[in-house]
Amino acid sequence: MTFKKASWISGLALAAFGAIAAPVSAETLRFAWAQDATGIDPHKQTAFPSLRLMELVYEPLVRLDADLNIVGAVAESWEFSDDSKTLTFKLNPNAKFSDGTSVTSADVKATFERILDEATGAAARANFASIETIDTPDDTTVVFNLSLADVPLLTALSSANASIVPAAAIADGSLGTTVVGSGPFTLTSWEPNSRASLGVNEFWAGGDVAYDGIEISVLPDESAILASLRSGQTDFALLNDPLIATLVPSVSGVTLNRTPQLAYHVLQLNASHAPFDNLAVRQAISCAIDRQDVLDTAMIGEGTVTGPLTMPAYATDPANLFCYQQDLDKARELMAEAGFQNGFEATVVVATGEPPTAASEAQVIQAQLAEIGIKLDIKMMELSVYVDTWLKGDFDMAVALNGGQPDPFTMYNRYWTKAGNLQHVAGYIDDTLDELMLEGRAESDLAKRREIFAAFEAHLAETSPWVWLYTAYAYSALRDNVTGFVPTPQGSLFSLANVTIN
Amino acid sequence: MTYFLRRLITFPLIMLGVSILVFVAIRLIPGDSITAMLGTESGLLTPDQRAALAQYFGIDQNWLVQYGRWIWGVLQGDFGLSITYGKPVLEVIAQRFPLTLELAVLSLAIALIIGMPAGIYAATRQDKLSDLIVRMVAMIGQSTPNFVIGLVVLYILSALFGISPTMGRYIGLREDPIGNLTQLGLPALILGFSFAASVARISRSSMLDVLNEDYVRTARAKGVKRGSVIWKHALRNALIPVVTLSGVEFGYLLGGAVIVEQIFALPGLGRVVLEAIGQRDYAMVQGSILFIALNFLVVNLLVDLLYVALDPRIRLETR
Repeated sequence: MTFKKASWISGLALAAFGAIAAPVSAETLRFAWAQDATGIDPHKQTAFPSLRLMELVYEPLVRLDADLNIVGAVAESWEFSDDSKTLTFKLNPNAKFSDGTSVTSADVKATFERILDEATGAAARANFASIETIDTPDDTTVVFNLSLADVPLLTALSSANASIVPAAAIADGSLGTTVVGSGPFTLTSWEPNSRASLGVNEFWAGGDVAYDGIEISVLPDESAILASLRSGQTDFALLNDPLIATLVPSVSGVTLNRTPQLAYHVLQLNASHAPFDNLAVRQAISCAIDRQDVLDTAMIGEGTVTGPLTMPAYATDPANLFCYQQDLDKARELMAEAGFQNGFEATVVVATGEPPTAASEAQVIQAQLAEIGIKLDIKMMELSVYVDTWLKGDFDMAVALNGGQPDPFTMYNRYWTKAGNLQHVAGYIDDTLDELMLEGRAESDLAKRREIFAAFEAHLAETSPWVWLYTAYAYSALRDNVTGFVPTPQGSLFSLANVTIN
Repeated sequence: MTYFLRRLITFPLIMLGVSILVFVAIRLIPGDSITAMLGTESGLLTPDQRAALAQYFGIDQNWLVQYGRWIWGVLQGDFGLSITYGKPVLEVIAQRFPLTLELAVLSLAIALIIGMPAGIYAATRQDKLSDLIVRMVAMIGQSTPNFVIGLVVLYILSALFGISPTMGRYIGLREDPIGNLTQLGLPALILGFSFAASVARISRSSMLDVLNEDYVRTARAKGVKRGSVIWKHALRNALIPVVTLSGVEFGYLLGGAVIVEQIFALPGLGRVVLEAIGQRDYAMVQGSILFIALNFLVVNLLVDLLYVALDPRIRLETR
């Protein structure tokens, strides 16, 4: 009886709003996310959604799998010379752009010449600066001649910012307006901040895609995404808000993936400002902070405490790092040693809403530092103001969410090498950090690289220019009719090419 | 007629003022298109790269030159290119405005159809139970933010009934009228609800005022029937505050209802402006604000003309 009534009401509601709700068996993957790509020129995009979209339509030379191992994309094989100063690629002879033309070494060469041209404004140019010349002995061979031993270059080449584009598209300047890539999908239409349609690239060398395409909807409000998952209007969604994501498991027929990210939440201390130039002060702060407590309070525990290195292949157990267990006695001792037994006042800059938990992070840190006499003044700033202040290095402390990279050198050379272009933002450098970074860059043996970067990580934690806190999760939600998706720590959507829809 | 002409002549002057205000305002917000696009990554740019991007975004010159370039284009009908859409600003507005207009018209219709009779009914039954109920519902409607109602309705529909309006795939009115109306129905109802609440409150109080006027009492004393007094004599004059309120609200709605558009993922004008500000898409912000200002001016003019039609005692020429 009650059942009948409920179905009558839902029938009425259905008629009233005429919602097209019944989950139709589609050959199209209906995909929803809150933010849209900001452009379609793969070399100029840095926003997360743009990179995700570019990965589906373009291909770099190599790509990273779910464990961040390097696997082939346009390139079939690659080899470093013994001195790590020459990198040779063999291209997949079957690789084709979506207009049916083959991907040749000339396209690769033109692509990197474009990226290296300062006038392009390519986002990742700094990562490719070691490329001196590019040889193309035949159509499927590309040789990068490097000015120095640069092993991280290979990982940098896996970025969507290193997508191979047709030489012809560079010549006619159509990159920002049309998409001709060699990836699994083609962009058939794009209405910014609203929707995009992806068709299948029939020329894709990677195999057949088992469905017709992807309909991407931009639903700026994440509770609306949840509603559309519940009603079966969306098959696959990306979520950012931990509060929304934790509601997903209660929706029947929908599975939630939680994937730890490379990006890290960190409390930056500015060692070029007194008293943070004092090692004991920085160490005292590191010892005074209970990282798990910040994570539990600010992020409802949705994340993992991390050291400086967040990539699984290089990360060490944070428990072994300096003061990763809160130790207030030691912190007070260190403060006294630095001559601050009565504490001091400092300010911390925080961006409003970026990340959404930034304000609560700052408040927990404020309370924890008060325990050792540091009176923290929280300065909330609109994101652009924050970015400007941050880039100028004009702060005592900053709560930040910094992006991660699969290679430790690429991730940190900007901050912790003497030549790094964000060195002034970090405000701290010592010879050990600089030497270890350069050593790691030239070393191509993985086991030896791990050793070098483990030493680098331990040294960073001990000198405490920053207090690394935790990494958050990326969330993807899929209805049970979608199978085969493999989430990655970089948030790559590439495995959508291997998904089946039932 | 002179009034009408005079108003039309002031339009360009007001628009010029708006254009300067919005031009300066958006540039006073710290950050530019480059930091908006790259965030902290913009620290990785070399000076040459930054200069190249600045030129690409058209922000390499000083404000005066930028304004001159822009306004010269506007005078020739060229509102510039939106950097996020890669399309002329006017084209984006032309694409997004029909949805906003439709949403505004639907909300206005809902507001008038529900709000006016409710308000008049309440006025004629002052302090009786039915009056109290109307006033209470109106109070709730006015004080509950749109987005709260929107989210609650969405939650109830999706969690209890497993349905939700089609979101993210906007269906044009001409392409599929029924699909379009079912998609916009819910957001229009939610927007119209609080609008109706305001209309009910204002029509109730203005009706009460009018009912106390001499000419109404005279009419009653002469033995004119109650219903006829209200609907024939009082209504026309009671409508003036309602028209004023509706004009202002409608003008706002033509600028887009940002939060409701956000919740229902409707690609309306409000979201365009919001996103353009976030992206520091200067041409897009400037163009759409000018367009919204023009809408306001036109709606205001129509409201003034309606006054005269409603109450012949009002003479626009003498104002």
